[in-house]
Amino acid sequence: MHPAFSVIFLTTLIGAGQGLFLALFTGQLYSTIHLVEEQPGSFYAVGSALSLLLLIAGLGASFFHLGRPERAWRAAAMWRTSWLSREVIVLPAMMGIVFFYGLFHWAGWTEPFIVFGDGALPVDTTFVLGLLGVIVALALFVSTGMIYASVKFLEEWHSPYTVVNFMFLGTASGFMLAAAYSAWLGNNLVGFFGTWAVIATLLGLGTRTASLFRNASLKHQSTLQTAIGIRHRSIEQKSQGFSASSFNTREFFHHQSPATLKLVRNAFLVLVFPVPIALILLAYLLESPTLPIAAFALQYLGLLAERWYFFAEAEHPQNLYYQQIS
Amino acid sequence: MKDPAVHHDAEIGRTEVKETTCYMCACRCGIRVHLRDGQVRYIEGNPNHPLNKGVLCAKGSSGIMKQVSPARLTKPLRRKAKAKRGESQFEEISWDEALTMLSERLTKLRAEDPKKFALFTGRDQMQALTGMFAKQFGTPNYAAHGGFCSVNMATGMIYSIGGSFWEFGGPDLDRAKLFVMIGTAEDHHSNPLKIAISKFKREGGRFIAINPVRSGYGAIADEWVPIKPGTDGALFLALTNEILKVGLFDREFLIQYTNAPELVIDDPSRDDHGMFYRDESVDVTRGCTDPQDKFWWDRHNGEVLTHTEGADPRLLGSYTMKDGTPVKPSFQLLKERVEPYTAEWAEGITGIPAATIRRLAHEMGVTARDHKIELPINWTDAWDKEHDTVTGNPVAFHAMRGLAAHSNGFQTIRALSILMTVLGTIDRPGGFRHKAPFPKPIPPCPKPPHGPEAVQPNTPLDGLPLGWPAKPEDLFVDEAGEPVRIDKAFSWEYPLAAHGLMHNVITNAWRGDPYPIDTLFLFMANMAWNSSMNTVETRKMLTDQDENGDYKIPFLVVCDTFASETVAFADLVLPDTTYLERHDVLSMLDRPISEFDGPVDSVRLPVLPPKGDSRPFQDVLIDLGARIGLPAFTNDDGTAKYKNYPDFIVNYETSPGSGIGFLAGWRGKFGEKYLKGEPNPSQWEHYAANGCVFHHELPRSYQYMRNWNKGYLHWARAHGLTRWAEPITLHIYSEVLQRFRAAAQGKWPGRRPPERYRERIETYFDPLPFYYEPLETQRIDKKRFPLNALTQRPMAMYHSWDSQNAWLRQIHSHNYLFVNPKMAIAQGIEDGDWIWVESHLGRVKCMCRYSEAVEPGTVWTWNAIGKSAGAWGLSANADESKKGFLLNHIIGEELPQASADGGQHLSNSDPLTGQAAWYDVRVRIEKVEPSGAKVTEPQFAPMKPLPGQLTRPQQRWQAYVAGLFGRK
Amino acid sequence: MTQLALVIDLNVCVGCHACVTSCKQWNTSGWAGPMVDENAYGADPTGTFFNRVQTYEIGSFPSTETVHFPKSCLHCEDPPCVPVCPTGASYKREDNGVVLVDYDKCIGCKYCSWACPYGVRELDEQQKVMKKCTLCIDRITDQTLPEAERQPACVLACPTNARLYGDVHDPDSEVSIAIRERGGYALMPEWGTKPANHYLPRQKNHMHISEEDLQRSDNPLTKEDITVYSGEETLDDVSW
Ligand SMILES: Nc1nc2c(c(=O)[nH]1)N[C@H]1C(S)=C(S)[C@@H](COP(=O)(O)OP(=O)(O)OC[C@H]3O[C@@H](n4cnc5c(=O)[nH]c(N)nc54)[C@H](O)[C@@H]3O)O[C@H]1N2
Ligand SMILES: Nc1nc2c(c(=O)[nH]1)N[C@H]1C(S)=C(S)[C@@H](COP(=O)(O)OP(=O)(O)OC[C@H]3O[C@@H](n4cnc5c(=O)[nH]c(N)nc54)[C@H](O)[C@@H]3O)O[C@H]1N2
Ligand code: SF4
Ligand code: SF4
Ligand code: SF4
Ligand code: SF4
Ligand code: SF4
Ligand SMILES: [Mo]
Repeated sequence: MHPAFSVIFLTTLIGAGQGLFLALFTGQLYSTIHLVEEQPGSFYAVGSALSLLLLIAGLGASFFHLGRPERAWRAAAMWRTSWLSREVIVLPAMMGIVFFYGLFHWAGWTEPFIVFGDGALPVDTTFVLGLLGVIVALALFVSTGMIYASVKFLEEWHSPYTVVNFMFLGTASGFMLAAAYSAWLGNNLVGFFGTWAVIATLLGLGTRTASLFRNASLKHQSTLQTAIGIRHRSIEQKSQGFSASSFNTREFFHHQSPATLKLVRNAFLVLVFPVPIALILLAYLLESPTLPIAAFALQYLGLLAERWYFFAEAEHPQNLYYQQIS
Repeated sequence: MKDPAVHHDAEIGRTEVKETTCYMCACRCGIRVHLRDGQVRYIEGNPNHPLNKGVLCAKGSSGIMKQVSPARLTKPLRRKAKAKRGESQFEEISWDEALTMLSERLTKLRAEDPKKFALFTGRDQMQALTGMFAKQFGTPNYAAHGGFCSVNMATGMIYSIGGSFWEFGGPDLDRAKLFVMIGTAEDHHSNPLKIAISKFKREGGRFIAINPVRSGYGAIADEWVPIKPGTDGALFLALTNEILKVGLFDREFLIQYTNAPELVIDDPSRDDHGMFYRDESVDVTRGCTDPQDKFWWDRHNGEVLTHTEGADPRLLGSYTMKDGTPVKPSFQLLKERVEPYTAEWAEGITGIPAATIRRLAHEMGVTARDHKIELPINWTDAWDKEHDTVTGNPVAFHAMRGLAAHSNGFQTIRALSILMTVLGTIDRPGGFRHKAPFPKPIPPCPKPPHGPEAVQPNTPLDGLPLGWPAKPEDLFVDEAGEPVRIDKAFSWEYPLAAHGLMHNVITNAWRGDPYPIDTLFLFMANMAWNSSMNTVETRKMLTDQDENGDYKIPFLVVCDTFASETVAFADLVLPDTTYLERHDVLSMLDRPISEFDGPVDSVRLPVLPPKGDSRPFQDVLIDLGARIGLPAFTNDDGTAKYKNYPDFIVNYETSPGSGIGFLAGWRGKFGEKYLKGEPNPSQWEHYAANGCVFHHELPRSYQYMRNWNKGYLHWARAHGLTRWAEPITLHIYSEVLQRFRAAAQGKWPGRRPPERYRERIETYFDPLPFYYEPLETQRIDKKRFPLNALTQRPMAMYHSWDSQNAWLRQIHSHNYLFVNPKMAIAQGIEDGDWIWVESHLGRVKCMCRYSEAVEPGTVWTWNAIGKSAGAWGLSANADESKKGFLLNHIIGEELPQASADGGQHLSNSDPLTGQAAWYDVRVRIEKVEPSGAKVTEPQFAPMKPLPGQLTRPQQRWQAYVAGLFGRK
Repeated sequence: MTQLALVIDLNVCVGCHACVTSCKQWNTSGWAGPMVDENAYGADPTGTFFNRVQTYEIGSFPSTETVHFPKSCLHCEDPPCVPVCPTGASYKREDNGVVLVDYDKCIGCKYCSWACPYGVRELDEQQKVMKKCTLCIDRITDQTLPEAERQPACVLACPTNARLYGDVHDPDSEVSIAIRERGGYALMPEWGTKPANHYLPRQKNHMHISEEDLQRSDNPLTKEDITVYSGEETLDDVSW
């Protein structure tokens, strides 16, 4: 597939946004049960604003993908069948929740209305919003992932890995961002978020490499033989039927050399996984306030490459029909 | 959006439907043009048209884009006084200025030396009018595209069977069981052939394609027989050999209808050796026909006049006439001729395994013999014998330029005609069928003038500029035997050049050989590009000046509809209309669209007004004729005889009271007559009411065996199609050729060739077909140039016309050289590489494409896709000029010089007919050095937009919607 | 239920591209138009086409088959392009099974094109909406047209009649019979899209000639028995 920057930014930005939200709420959860130090409301408010910003930026990027952005509202219509439609519904829901989550924290509307287990678990509105947010974030990860995973003949994508990769990598970058945010603020959650970021990154490493291995040995079901319905060992296209490009030659192919592909793959394998982990570890050891920021920045850069590769790697069967000009 | 099922197209805008005839190519299908608010909404095939029966090809369906093309010319143009020719710097002038300027020049030439005016026309369809104009002017220097197109096909067959493929006849696929298609890619009869092949295949017919390349129609053949280019003659001779050897020929047919049993004098010591033994005293018709004064050898009674009642003539043997003359039947001579041409011999030349050749011969022979068709149609033959049935041998052949465009094409096509004849398939069901006005006598009656005295100031030419020589006296040469025509047609160099040699006009005129001319008028011919050979040099010749700074070709007039490469070289440009904007006739006097079942002609009617100041060339020519005072176009008082072209068409008669005019339908005062009859003022209306076609279906008994069908022959004579009603015996043995050979041998009583042509004539004017290597191949180092390079017509492009068509050019905006991978790999060339293609003449740079569907000794490309930068309204960086290439740059218009030529220049043409040998070119290929630019070569300075030329859309987009208010 | 479709006979398709441009001319001014072209007269000319004719080579020289292969939307019975469309712009008609795009609803997200394995959808790069073969819905349903003309433009134009059109659910239709009797097949059956359009394979006609066919008593050579006897010796002269 042709890696469109709009979609690359959309998925990575909202992934980080969702992840950051998850991180914030994890922080809140831990602090509620006193496992980590309590943070002021502004920590959550600013964090949510950051998350919201990422979600908005992602949404903004997605508009560049649309031919007719002014009609984007129509995209909510087919939620019964279309994962894209579902994403279009869930994303604003997510944004709403993040907004209110941040607002409530900001305004300090955090009076618990119910307390469980002897004061161990005070539940306030932000907590409910947070829980809801987790569910919606997961739903958004699933929707986004399923947009790709549900297209069964895009076999590189058509696997649970696509969804979990989106989830783990988004989560990883979100926690990484939370660590960076904490480092920037100078609070003592860097280690907490950093540890979770490393865990999510390692999970992501597991599922992403698994998907790479899977795809490397993937045997495509469609061949020139099934594409034109002729059984013969040697079939070659001599003419695609037109001598310049077309939508079908532009949209479904990256037009890059295999070497470039490999380079990008290696780049993301380095930038998304070992580098940020190492930087976080180093930050932990050196108690550096800047290294976590670098860790996030490099991981995000790596994720851009990862997403680029995700598209480029997918072989659309339609390409069987568009190979040769003559 | 509105529901498409309730919202109807016809309700949008003001809609009209007009019928006319397509001219996106020369096939001439019937079309219905749907207009919305006066713009073309949609063009569809006319279902009632006999040719296309409603279908339409890719080009026909893209006619809309021709109307909006940025290449359109809309103003008469004159080269700016200070600008050099070829720089495409022009100024607009009025039609009156243009025609005044031209008529003054031409009037002067006509008064001084009419042959200084040369009129040559390309792939047009109005040779009847242009030829008549030239004749009226008095110049012999006229021809259309035939000489560089397929004159070998026309002459090779017409000199053998009195008709031909091309527009003159074709394969009867409705009834054939076996169809053998040779060297055809797209053909003239494009849509009808497609309709027929598909029907044939669906009905279970077997289809064999013989071609170095498997593409197009050949793709759907049951069997592909790859052959080395230029070697088909060897194949046909070997097939004939096998058919004769096994006895699979149609003896009855050969005896009754061909000269196979006719006795040829066989005594090399005599002057009349090789001529038919004749009794000149018998009382038979002796016009331009084949007099029936020849003999058979009856198995019981010995020598008898042909067609003696009850005779059973021998086909083989050698005999002695009562007067002691040794004779042999033609068939015996044929058998002797083909005997050395075994399948094994042919394998070595053609690359086709001997076993395949034998099998093909058997398939042909057995199908012809065992699947005889018998139709319950009674008819009477020319010897008054009644037949209850028409029978046929269902083996049909079709061939085109793959045979024609070689310098051995004439003899190859003769060989094919003979193969078709021995199988008994001429004008019979399931075989080859004629189309009116064919069959014609062998050769047809019109002859070119015989000497320079035919060209006189202010006098029409004495004779037709083109014709069919039957003997040396019919040649158009002077006392010394040297050519009178600028293209040397009908000279000893190309005696049977029935269509002229357009491809040599520029070179000859530039060199002043045989003489310089003044004005060259090109109509509808892109001679600065794809219809010239050796294009780079040709372009230089067009701009070459002598010591005084005068152009070697002093004045060049180009009439075109579009900004073609040639327009850039004009001194005067006359903008023509498109086919949707004018009247046209596709006349019986030219090449009509007749069907097997009878004559058909058709017209075009204007559907749209002419764009800008463009003007139909026909009107221009008639106007010009009147201004110059050509007799056919002026009244006695010097005023113009005809208002315009439509008026001319209705009222013109070939001679006063002849009743023959351009259109055959609805003649007579009330439209009650056809073919012959007084002019009918409402003839156009009749055509308009009948889908623009006139179709006369012959009675069934006249539809077959027309060479010998008494009813048909008399009908044809009565309706002015032919002058004679004599049977047209098929020429297995060509005495016509023998006459020229005898002249070269010094045995002909009349004209004899100049010394330097003797050997050439003696060699090639063999009365029986033989195989020789193409002339270029004979003269170059085959090791250095191991490959044959061919071009082929893409179905979605017509020559150079369609690069300006926004839709069609998206299918072929540039071209590749197709190469067999085995051959390429051996040279380290990879698929898609940039390569040099080099011939003895020079080299072009292009990209290559691997293909398993090409014989390894052949490389090929699509014809005329590459363009010169800036031409055709395209941007200067268009794919056509950057990635597309033209093979013509490396095809010689003249042969490489050989010592035997004695320093004279010989055209790269068939030595009998002057047919351009496009497909003889031998090349080598080589990978372009890695540093080489990825741009085709040669490149030319971009052509500038012309005044009045339509412009390209300013935006990136073109979104055509017909009608005033767009879609909604 | 009716399912209209094309059945393409590869046995007679000569790759002429008539179906390509006739489609373009009908549709550019029709319901589904315009069919926009970009760089129409410059480098890299490209544009919207609903139908393409491709060429494939099968096997290697000299046993090469050249196959011309036209392809437009196959109007799948289970079209994966439809459910993915977030706006409902892509839909399959209930009455005749034709898959269409409503340009007024389309947001140009291209998702449907990703979800079509056949590469037959094209985004109009100027109007930014998805376009595709409509099976000439505005011809085939136009009751004001004569019955014979209520067919897709490409079908009417095709010179070899390689494009059959009809209801593949009606077992007695020309197309159903052709599919049954000629081994009509669907493209990429592995995806379960159930394309309504089908393709008819190549068929070869062979001829078999036996030795007997070549040795027949009516051989014309028997009439040309032209042995000439010049009195040379025979057994009659030397034996007893
Ligand atoms: N290499 C190679 N070269 C070939 C051939 C080949 O096979 N290989 N084939 C040869 C053959 S067979 C032929 S017939 C020639 C054809 O060669 P030409 O007859 O020269 O054909 P074109 O170049 O296509 O068209 C000539 C001109 O006609 C103009 N034209 C189109 N329509 C009209 C009209 O309505 N009115 C006027 N006035 N002009 C119009 C076009 O714009 C173009 O400039 O090419 C020959 N050249
Ligand atoms: N679409 C379209 N139709 C056209 C035209 C066009 O430009 N476009 N041009 C029209 C004109 S002017 C003409 S003259 C006709 C020509 O109609 P065709 O004769 O069909 O055209 P060509 O493309 O010259 O095809 C020549 C074929 O002969 C093969 N060939 C070449 N050399 C040999 C050989 O030595 N032996 C054999 N057996 N085959 C050989 C080539 O591979 C090619 O397939 O087409 C007419 N129709
Ligand atoms: S074959 Fe095509 S271009 Fe030629 S006349 Fe017929 S429809 Fe027109
Ligand atoms: S119009 Fe017919 S023959 Fe031509 S390419 Fe299309 S399907 Fe094939
Ligand atoms: S061919 Fe493609 S666009 Fe057409 S219905 Fe099937 S999936 Fe949809
Ligand atoms: S591009 Fe248009 S038709 Fe396709 S999925 Fe998006 S909205 Fe639907
Ligand atoms: S059915 Fe209509 S829209 Fe579809 S390919 Fe044919 S002409 Fe084009
Ligand atoms: Mo031609």
